[in-house]
Amino acid sequence: MMKVKIGKIKLKNPVMTASGTFGYAKEFEKLVNLKHIGAIITKTITLNPRQGNPMPRICEASAGMLNAIGLQNEGIDNFLKEKMPYLSKIGAPIIVSISGNNIDEFFILARRLDKIKSISGIELNISCPNINCEGLVAQDTKETYEVVKAVRKITDKTIITKLSPNVTDIVGIAKAAENAGSDAVSLVNTFLGMAIDIDTRKPKLGNITGGLSGPCIKPIALRMVYEASKNINIPVIGIGGIMNANDAIEFMIAGATAIQVGTANFIKPGVCGKIVKGIEAYLKKHKIEKIEDIIGNLKI
Amino acid sequence: MSLDAPYIARAAKPGQFVQIRCNDSFEPLLRRPFSIHRVKGEGSRVKDIEILYEVVGKGTEILAGKKEGDFIDVLGPLGNGFILPRTTNHERRTTNSEPRAIIIAGGIGAAPLVYLAEELTKKKIKTIVLIGAKTKNLILCEKDFKKATPEVYISTDDGTYGSQGFVSKLFHKILKTTESKFETIVYVCGPHGMLKCIVDICQERKFECHASLEEKMACGIGVCLGCAVKTKSGIKLACKDGPVFNASELIW
Repeated sequence: MMKVKIGKIKLKNPVMTASGTFGYAKEFEKLVNLKHIGAIITKTITLNPRQGNPMPRICEASAGMLNAIGLQNEGIDNFLKEKMPYLSKIGAPIIVSISGNNIDEFFILARRLDKIKSISGIELNISCPNINCEGLVAQDTKETYEVVKAVRKITDKTIITKLSPNVTDIVGIAKAAENAGSDAVSLVNTFLGMAIDIDTRKPKLGNITGGLSGPCIKPIALRMVYEASKNINIPVIGIGGIMNANDAIEFMIAGATAIQVGTANFIKPGVCGKIVKGIEAYLKKHKIEKIEDIIGNLKI
Repeated sequence: MSLDAPYIARAAKPGQFVQIRCNDSFEPLLRRPFSIHRVKGEGSRVKDIEILYEVVGKGTEILAGKKEGDFIDVLGPLGNGFILPRTTNHERRTTNSEPRAIIIAGGIGAAPLVYLAEELTKKKIKTIVLIGAKTKNLILCEKDFKKATPEVYISTDDGTYGSQGFVSKLFHKILKTTESKFETIVYVCGPHGMLKCIVDICQERKFECHASLEEKMACGIGVCLGCAVKTKSGIKLACKDGPVFNASELIW
């Protein structure tokens, strides 16, 4: 009833965890039944360890939050040694999120992950707004195409390309990812934003700007998922302020084959399981046999 | 505020915290971290926890409007608590002198320290408490501390209560007037400037010092990496590695 397919990955349900909001899953072992999650996407891994951005790194916004963590992580060597053994045992598909400073780094990371059987897929984070470089890969069709193409050459594992909402034409970028061989696109990453303390006149984030997430971005994310899914032939994974099953169902009706839960994990650590149950209840209530029947089934 | 939370109360240690969702709406969205102020009851009858907070924003305003019998969503106990002094000779291989604890509370920093004072005196560890605040009516928990130990000293910045000046000045004075045959361990919580002063004094005197830090948090369980703290062994997280840190590890 709840099964969906993203590339080669068969998911028992369409609920995935968004990168950077679920750590490496172990942090949630006492709070969620990890086996029941459709797929787990790890915190983004880079080739070398990254310290991340200066503090403060988070602040609250109206119905949302800003973050500028800066891809703090221990690097791929540590990830494979320290985190992967646990992830392998969970029993849910594991998708590793990666980011590189250039095409070569994406290529090297993908080549190393390709050899590991217990990894089901790779999500290309070409859309983190908090790394100090001029423009994002996901803001340029040519660069998006080239990164995806390079990774496609080295692996047959499912590739998901994570797109940025900070663009004028989401369809053009989604098409570039599709043409380069991506199996799916996930959108959206966070919106670039900022907040200021008016008493000190200082930015509320050490990085000055950060990524906005949470319920406040949902309508925009939903519109972008709708636009992208109408215009490409690979699955779209919807992300953006999903707090409950109703939000998840909205994204699927807009055209998402699966969804990712992000900020909600910080507030309600057991939320993924509840969303799965909520979607099941919705299907029963509306006498819908397969979840596939609602995907993109917007009545206009 | 007292919360009927038996599982948290039984598992809690001084210095740990809870993450509270102040209401069910998206405004505010994130949980708010609060130190466990006290745990009430004895043994298996322990069931309530208390939090002590100052109304500083939306979240605490909502909490202040709660009535007896209301339900709230509490996650915890989280983080690592205070490390208590080693009390037996076997544990204290390096020294023969007796331990004494000096607790230093600055303003709302008293929140996690009452519970600590109670635990220390339960273990029969000599405990001295210094409370500092800007002015008299901001001195918190004096009575609670006095129930735990007779040695409670107070200072206010404006001299309206206790001795006049920062609590660091009072700390210097106490060190001069009390015996030094003890192995001193300092526990401190308060505003950033005050923490730094106390930590510097401890470093000069080679006292072990444990500081409880307050940081902005989102998840509270080591996932979002928002509450990063710079330490000599790299970036640590206030929620998971702290909120109590050995002060000699911190980079200011």
